[in-house]
Amino acid sequence: MTDLIENTRADSPMLQKRYRAERRFRAYGIVAILIAIAFLGVMLISIFGLGYTAFQQTEVKLDIYFDPDVIDPSGERDPTTLSTANYQSLARNALRSHFPEVTGRREKRELHGLLSRGASNELREMVQEDPAIIGSTQTLWLPASDDLDLLIKGQIDTALPETQRQISDQQIAWGLALQADGLVERNFNHRFLTNGDSREPELAGIWGAMVGSFLALFVCFILSFPIGVMAAIYLEEFAPTNRLTDLIEVNINNLAAVPSIVFGLLGLAIFLNFMDLPRSAPLVGGMVLALMTLPTIIIAARAALKAVPPSIREAALGVGASPMQTVFHHVLPLGLPGMLTGAIIGMAQALGETAPLLMIGMVAFIVDIPQGIFDPATALPVQIFIWADSPERAFLAKTAAGIMVLLGFLIIMNLSAVLLRRRFTRRW
Amino acid sequence: MSQAADTVDQPNITVTATAQTDSATPKTKAKARGVSVFYGAKQALFGVDLDVMAHQVTALIGPSGCGKTTFLRCFNRMNDIVEGCHVEGSIVVDGVDIYSKQQDVVQLRARIGMVFQKPNPFPKSIYENIAYGPRIHGLAGSKGELDDIVAHSLERAGLLEEVHDRLDTPGTGLSGGQQQRLCIARAIAVQPEIILMDEPCSALDPIATAKVEELMDELRENFTIMIVTHSMQQAARVSQQTAFFHLGNLVEFNETGQLFTNPRDERTQAYITGRIG
Repeated sequence: MTDLIENTRADSPMLQKRYRAERRFRAYGIVAILIAIAFLGVMLISIFGLGYTAFQQTEVKLDIYFDPDVIDPSGERDPTTLSTANYQSLARNALRSHFPEVTGRREKRELHGLLSRGASNELREMVQEDPAIIGSTQTLWLPASDDLDLLIKGQIDTALPETQRQISDQQIAWGLALQADGLVERNFNHRFLTNGDSREPELAGIWGAMVGSFLALFVCFILSFPIGVMAAIYLEEFAPTNRLTDLIEVNINNLAAVPSIVFGLLGLAIFLNFMDLPRSAPLVGGMVLALMTLPTIIIAARAALKAVPPSIREAALGVGASPMQTVFHHVLPLGLPGMLTGAIIGMAQALGETAPLLMIGMVAFIVDIPQGIFDPATALPVQIFIWADSPERAFLAKTAAGIMVLLGFLIIMNLSAVLLRRRFTRRW
Repeated sequence: MSQAADTVDQPNITVTATAQTDSATPKTKAKARGVSVFYGAKQALFGVDLDVMAHQVTALIGPSGCGKTTFLRCFNRMNDIVEGCHVEGSIVVDGVDIYSKQQDVVQLRARIGMVFQKPNPFPKSIYENIAYGPRIHGLAGSKGELDDIVAHSLERAGLLEEVHDRLDTPGTGLSGGQQQRLCIARAIAVQPEIILMDEPCSALDPIATAKVEELMDELRENFTIMIVTHSMQQAARVSQQTAFFHLGNLVEFNETGQLFTNPRDERTQAYITGRIG
């Protein structure tokens, strides 16, 4: 038998064993963290490595002659005439002026393929804004097509046989010639941040989805926060403890774990089929997300209320405050930061949610920026899903860029939750 | 009731009579009759009868778990908020049974203030801590009146001098003793008739304790005070009447001097000499 004195000596086998066990445990922890960081790193690098290219867009510098004969032959400046004129040909003519040797129909078509179809929209908007530019010549940067864009960004393997790539040898030659003349440049892609979705990758933007997400989250917050907080206050401060409240509590905890697609089906059945609300609308999306977020908010709000020390309640009741005054003057202000934190985390969850939105039709191809909660819209994660599903190669970068935007918003929301908690948590 | 059995020859009337020696014309402020308290199935108090004299300090002493705090909290119905707790018997304050159906609990608590074991100021400014009660009860007609109430309450609690230049700083930033006096000021700002104090000095150092005790003696002029304390010395110093509780029973209730020098019950004797408790 070894006595205690023996075992506490620094070189005793028992002590050495304990030290080794502790070192081993720390090593396991560090390894676990390193593995997690490695996975995160791989994910971020693959997303950012591809996604950042979507924030640049290849543009072609062209001298556009706003030909009155093409735009408005009658000279009346009638808005309908201005909006339906053939702006495409203005841009194409300007591009052809750089390659006078191109005359054949097929060749022309190939050459036109270097320029985005969105170029004509931009010209139209300029004319509609200021009809006075008709007749003048303007030097403009117009968007290149996705094929030329990929070529300039080096994402096309020119060594492949011509039949296996989107862009022909001829187009590559023209593109490189333009680049050599300094007429092709990669500029900041403002279109990505201001446009809605488009079939043309070079014109597709995230703004429509962002507005859709904002509107849906707005509806979600307006519905779920007050209802959730009220439910939490009642359950925590006023409800008697009995079987019914126990049952409610169990159900709330259960609902928090229900797969979100179930809420989508519920929304489809009730909001769309029964209540006849508009399909694909942020209103319905927000309502479905609110259903999904409610349990999270209730649980967070109850935890926040529980964290308020009972002595504060006693103090308020002791000076003759009614139970309602106690809650609204003292308990709620102290619990509010925690509640808001919970709500923001719930909102962040809702922002990343795709499945329920698919069920209620927010997965449509929508070009227009939604103007209100009744307009058809998509949301950020759904937009990413749509782009990931698109065949055009250029959508790959858009998908990654969409994920970057989504991640950015998630980080902002979670950060604000942390800051809010730090800023408003009171000591007592 | 064991108490009745032990003091057959000393009914409550006698106790009341001895109390009259202290003040010129004391009158009974509150009467507890047959107060029993149950926490679920467990009975914590067994039919307590006790009279509280106006403008006196009544101390409740006894070992931990004897029901003295439970009894104190019956007077402003603070036990109502405890889950599964119910009270039997009656407590009559100024001729009205506070456990009758007509009694509004919120108004009752305005009339019978409370100071808790641990200082519990609101996490607001010193001013707001005191102004809160008068404000919700509409005691001040104007900002000026409210300022007066705040200043007066702080003055009465002996805190004004220490904090007059920082009324807008958080009440939680004060020292423990100051916080407890702030809580007392908060209680008296509502102008209650009775102030219940639940071991108000248990979290305070001796100097702060002395200040609070001094304060109690002054407050007695305008208020009726009931105090639960673990310290027999404190009970002897501040109170005129002392009640000794043991295992949920009121064992003995008498004038403080009498109870400590000449206890009638041997359990009281055992407790004050340190043999039980």
